[in-house]
Amino acid sequence: MLLLENIILALNGVRANKMRSMLTMLGIIIGIASVIAIMTVGQSMSGTMADSMNSMGASNITLGVSQKSSSTETTAGGMQFTWGPRKNTMSDADYLTDDILADVKAKYPDNITEYLLTESIGSAQALDGELYANISITGANNESIENDDLTILAGRTFTEKDQQGKKVCIVSDYLCNNMFNGDTSAALGQTLSVMLNNVYYHYTIVGVYEYDDSGTFSSSSAEETSTDFYIPLQTAFDQEHVDPRYSRVTVVTSNDTDVDAFMDQMENYINGRFYRNNESFEVSCSSMTSMLESLTETMNTISIAISFIAGISLLVGGIGVMNIMLVSIQERTKEIGTRKALGATNASIRTQFIVESIVLCLVGGFIGIILGIGIGYAASKQMGYEAYPPVNAIIFSVAFSMAIGVFFGYYPANKAAKMNPVDALRYE
Amino acid sequence: MSKGDVIIDARSIVKRYYIGHPNELEILHGIDLQVREGEFVAIVGASGSGKSTLMNIVGVLDKPTEGTYILDGVDVMKAKDHELSAIRNKKIGFVFQTYNLISRTSALKNVELPMMYAGIRGSVRRKRAKELMEMVGMGERMYHTPDELSGGQKQRVAIARAMGNDPALILADEPTGALDSKTGRMVMDIFHRLHEEQGKTIVLITHSPELAEECERILTLSDGMFIGERRGTGHAPS
Repeated sequence: MLLLENIILALNGVRANKMRSMLTMLGIIIGIASVIAIMTVGQSMSGTMADSMNSMGASNITLGVSQKSSSTETTAGGMQFTWGPRKNTMSDADYLTDDILADVKAKYPDNITEYLLTESIGSAQALDGELYANISITGANNESIENDDLTILAGRTFTEKDQQGKKVCIVSDYLCNNMFNGDTSAALGQTLSVMLNNVYYHYTIVGVYEYDDSGTFSSSSAEETSTDFYIPLQTAFDQEHVDPRYSRVTVVTSNDTDVDAFMDQMENYINGRFYRNNESFEVSCSSMTSMLESLTETMNTISIAISFIAGISLLVGGIGVMNIMLVSIQERTKEIGTRKALGATNASIRTQFIVESIVLCLVGGFIGIILGIGIGYAASKQMGYEAYPPVNAIIFSVAFSMAIGVFFGYYPANKAAKMNPVDALRYE
Repeated sequence: MSKGDVIIDARSIVKRYYIGHPNELEILHGIDLQVREGEFVAIVGASGSGKSTLMNIVGVLDKPTEGTYILDGVDVMKAKDHELSAIRNKKIGFVFQTYNLISRTSALKNVELPMMYAGIRGSVRRKRAKELMEMVGMGERMYHTPDELSGGQKQRVAIARAMGNDPALILADEPTGALDSKTGRMVMDIFHRLHEEQGKTIVLITHSPELAEECERILTLSDGMFIGERRGTGHAPS
């Protein structure tokens, strides 16, 4: 009952001294807002990653050829130099080949379901007189196209026969909008000219898929958006005049595979068997899980750094609250004396001012939380993540603001409580 | 407690202030003060006579250096801090010269304050506070803040507040000191009403001989000692 009265009184006080309260709360607002904002972004990032992990499959392993970590020696002078013949660009022998992949699949038939194989050719424009569309050409095997979960609006995906090197393609509905007035059925069977490195290539459209623009942030308009342009994998290699080879392969594992353990197993096997004598390159595995873990780790490091800064801001804010409470108590000495004359105990005076300090901090904390969520949401949207509210951080912030209120309010409140009523009443 | 029992029983009250070691300042030199229930007593004296010090001691805001003080059966000398708070809360109603209303809260909330500290439930104390406001003729302006009230209105709110816990003693320190004679008269009339209709014990501290004359008993304080006692009319001049 007394508590409620005190809260109302304190809120009235905040309202009556808007400017002063606002300035006092600023440190707390900034501190809490920065923590909440960074937590919102972090939460949104890992939340979105977790979502896409489920859709992309947590059981997928990415197999990539990467440079060996340099074997270096430190000289007396502290200089580092690399030794052994090393190179930075990959030659044909460094790539993963169909033979290696077949060998690995034969070694682990129970774990590996299939490979998703792609060959990125690059950005180009599909042209037809005045009409054009920006595209990004990717050679893909059927497993990979299936895994992309395309919504086919017209036509079909590639057949086994297409995959033997036919010059066919699957295009987006965006391309159809630009070049065929959006008529997807009319696009089927048409041959497109694609200009790449000053050479024209021609592909026949066999299918149209629905372009999914959710989750990507693009500053360009729908007409200028570059969409995926699928061609059969073999066609892509033919066009580049190379034998099939890959620097990056997605391995789909079976449901009962322990992804983390299998990753190490497969990595060791491939490196031991095929990259033992390769001085510059090796194969490394990663999964969405491990990527998410490293992302979370990075986010945590950033969070700790920001929290540290926020902590200083909160400390300064707390001192500000203490300062304003001391001023307020000085100003209200006569009121304190009157309250004591009317029967307020030391404890009730102390409670009154601690509650006032807590209310000040909580109001600041709430403003900070709202501001932080706002900033965090805006930043998440800007970066193309779905925003998730950081519930734990919000609860923590509320508790922490209260703690600041108690901690920095206690000394002034106690000073008020211990005032001699006679002196306090006489104070002008 | 029946009519006529002693409410204030203070004996040999000495108040000394220490200002550095060899210097001590004795304000009250062994004062005896007895006030019976239902009495309307005036304590008069020039400024510097020790009136305020005596009022602080009688009002349990301060403890005497020496002496005994029994207020309404409670030994003030032996009471601890929180017990003193309870005595001020339940047994004494203060009326100050400068009103001492809490700004920023309504007049009604001010009246509720002593009841709030006594732990009386919200609805009960609101009802009583309204009754008290009606009694002092402030029923129309209950929700105004002190800034919006005139001096006389403020002092009436203060009297209503002093009555909150139905105290054994109303202690008024120059209650009309800051008011013009007309509003001062109105405030004095309220004290007379409380005295006559409700039988309240009132101690009025004043420097005005005319106001003192309206009380039943007049004690004159000079240089920390009572130098005279006489009877007054006990009612407002007609």
